[in-house]
Amino acid sequence: MMNIETLKTDISARFPANEFKYENLFGDNVLNVPKENIVGVLKHLKENSKFDFLMMVAAADYPDRQKRFDVTYELFSSKNYSRVRVKTQVGENESIDTACSVWRSANWFERECYDMYGIQFKGHPNLTRILVHHQFVGHPLRKDYDANHQQHCTETLPIHFEDEPNYTPDPNKDLVPLNIGPSHPATHGTLRVMVELDGERVKRANVELGFLHRCFEKMAETHPYNQVIPYTDRLNYCSAPMNNVGYCKTVERMLGVEIPARAQAMRIILCELSRIIDHIVCLGANAVDLGALTGFFHLFQYREKVYNLFEKLCGARLTVALTRVGGMAQDAPEGWFNEVLQFCNEMTVGIDELERMLTGNKIWMLRTQNVGAIKPDDAIMWGYTGPLLRATGVSLDLRKAQPYYGYEQLDFDIPVGTTGDCYDRYLVRVEEMRQSVKIIRQVAKNMPSGDYTIRDKNIVLPEKKNVYGNIEGLMNHFMLIMKGLRPPKGEVYDATEAANGELGFYLVSDGSGNPYRLKVRPPCFAIYQSFSDQITGGLLSDVISVLGSMNLIAGELDR
Amino acid sequence: MSNNQMTTDASDKALADSAQNFAFTSRVDQIIAWGRKNALWPLPYGTACCGIELMSVMGPKYDLARFGAEVVRFSPRQADLLIIAGTITEKMAPVILRIYQQMLEPKYVLSMGACASSGGFYRSYHVLQGVDKVVPVDVYVPGCPPTPEAVLDGVMTIQRMIETNTPRPWRDNWQAGVWR
Repeated sequence: MMNIETLKTDISARFPANEFKYENLFGDNVLNVPKENIVGVLKHLKENSKFDFLMMVAAADYPDRQKRFDVTYELFSSKNYSRVRVKTQVGENESIDTACSVWRSANWFERECYDMYGIQFKGHPNLTRILVHHQFVGHPLRKDYDANHQQHCTETLPIHFEDEPNYTPDPNKDLVPLNIGPSHPATHGTLRVMVELDGERVKRANVELGFLHRCFEKMAETHPYNQVIPYTDRLNYCSAPMNNVGYCKTVERMLGVEIPARAQAMRIILCELSRIIDHIVCLGANAVDLGALTGFFHLFQYREKVYNLFEKLCGARLTVALTRVGGMAQDAPEGWFNEVLQFCNEMTVGIDELERMLTGNKIWMLRTQNVGAIKPDDAIMWGYTGPLLRATGVSLDLRKAQPYYGYEQLDFDIPVGTTGDCYDRYLVRVEEMRQSVKIIRQVAKNMPSGDYTIRDKNIVLPEKKNVYGNIEGLMNHFMLIMKGLRPPKGEVYDATEAANGELGFYLVSDGSGNPYRLKVRPPCFAIYQSFSDQITGGLLSDVISVLGSMNLIAGELDR
Repeated sequence: MSNNQMTTDASDKALADSAQNFAFTSRVDQIIAWGRKNALWPLPYGTACCGIELMSVMGPKYDLARFGAEVVRFSPRQADLLIIAGTITEKMAPVILRIYQQMLEPKYVLSMGACASSGGFYRSYHVLQGVDKVVPVDVYVPGCPPTPEAVLDGVMTIQRMIETNTPRPWRDNWQAGVWR
């Protein structure tokens, strides 16, 4: 990890006589620079300090301040696994230089900042609305926009291409414009892809998103910390517990609490079970889109088994909300861990069957090999994380790089691919399912005893028997419900390895009972940016292969 | 003449006898309703979490096929039951309206889950506060997401409505493009 002094000397050598401010907030290195220097600093950090990833660009609104907005760049180095956050302030009528020239992944994140806050990025190739609809007036994440003020949309946009906003489709009448989605079986819900075809080849492509923009971030700002947990369920709804864990881990880091060993172990089991079922949906749906329906039906019986396990744990199947800040909502019922181990045995058989169906299947190979291939450097430039990055051959997994909850003591491997095509992505996912089974076995066999949550009366609600049984429990319950848990002032960025890649939460607290700002770094948002690029020049049928292999979950893509 | 009359009587009697063996009387609308009820072709409009749960409804364990709603159609022109599974945002509203208009009569709408029915706990600037603001909904299935059993019950409710030709004033009074 890079410490703040190294960063200081490094930056001072390049920018003498600067007035940059260095902070260490909850263990995160934060560098405050004036907005004029932002692109220079980012470029320097990327080229000389090996910060090769731009994880996200976020903004926050402080209406009472002279320079109203904070723009935050979260950088990560895959060389030494260190992070740094670069912050700058922008006034309401000012503009800031775009970072698109440094990282391509900045494109959509900056568009989102523009959409949500109205921050102008100078030199941005396509600064238009990205999440909310085109008839929307105002910028919803500003503090003066009422969360419950809806604006109706009466028409959809015609086919458009973002690099040329004024471009009219088919000028020479020899290209065929084609609209795919949002209601299309292969677009998995709410994605819209627009292409222009020359025969079977894609000449031009564009995507539109935001069809499932449910305002997660605004909802988080208007709800107390614990009530945000059900909203996190619905980010990546294919693997809901992972989002719970990611969010709670962020808040816990801010509060400075460590959860008990039993809660950590339970969270690992939940995360790995979710990783398995997430990959099941991804692979099953990908195969369905390419014509192999059997795999989907076959794999879904295993998903049902995991649902049963979740149901036994908390009563819900899909949207579980079973972590709390400080631990778990409740302990596992008796015999649950044995059932998990039993499931591991069944799942091993299931993965073998899946491999027999697909790995050597000629049609599957023809449809996926050399389709959507991407080089490691390009993948990093786009901000790829997770299985898609590993399929290109970069061995980066936060469970190994920045281990949490005792992953460092577990024996598991990180599968990597070679070419980064759809077939490699498939192979990486299959192997990850095997590794997850391996992890679950190790943890479930050695479950630590003890409490499933911490017992801090300012963070965790007392047990119901105490609430109804004695006055102290009743008072603590009342106080926590009325006051809410209140982390100290400050900000923190914390990331976990979710099924799609790095799931980050950037949390700003002003010391009140609600988060002041909660920005999610969804893994597939960065990945989907590269989609138009990936399919241009390829066959139309490959669009479906690539789309399926990216595992785009609209809930976390649009939030 | 009288002879002729006699044969007619005889054949009428024979017909009446044989009818008791293999035929039954009904009304045309009941026959049609019976057929419609048992051959619903759903269009699964899964936008969000409910869409994943809808996969389970179609999947091996719950198997919607048992209720005659097996043929999943992604083209609105071939479907007669629109299952709206998931949050409908303001941006999606014109899309869902168009899909509904493209469906052929008779058509039914099942709103699956809290978000589609009322906006759910997304009381927010970009979420349509209930899909019934743009299309008429026949059955609301509560839950977030509803269990597959609840969805099956919703489909069976629609089947009962079809079977009994239940009047649907919400549909008769509906106008396209009028925000309710």
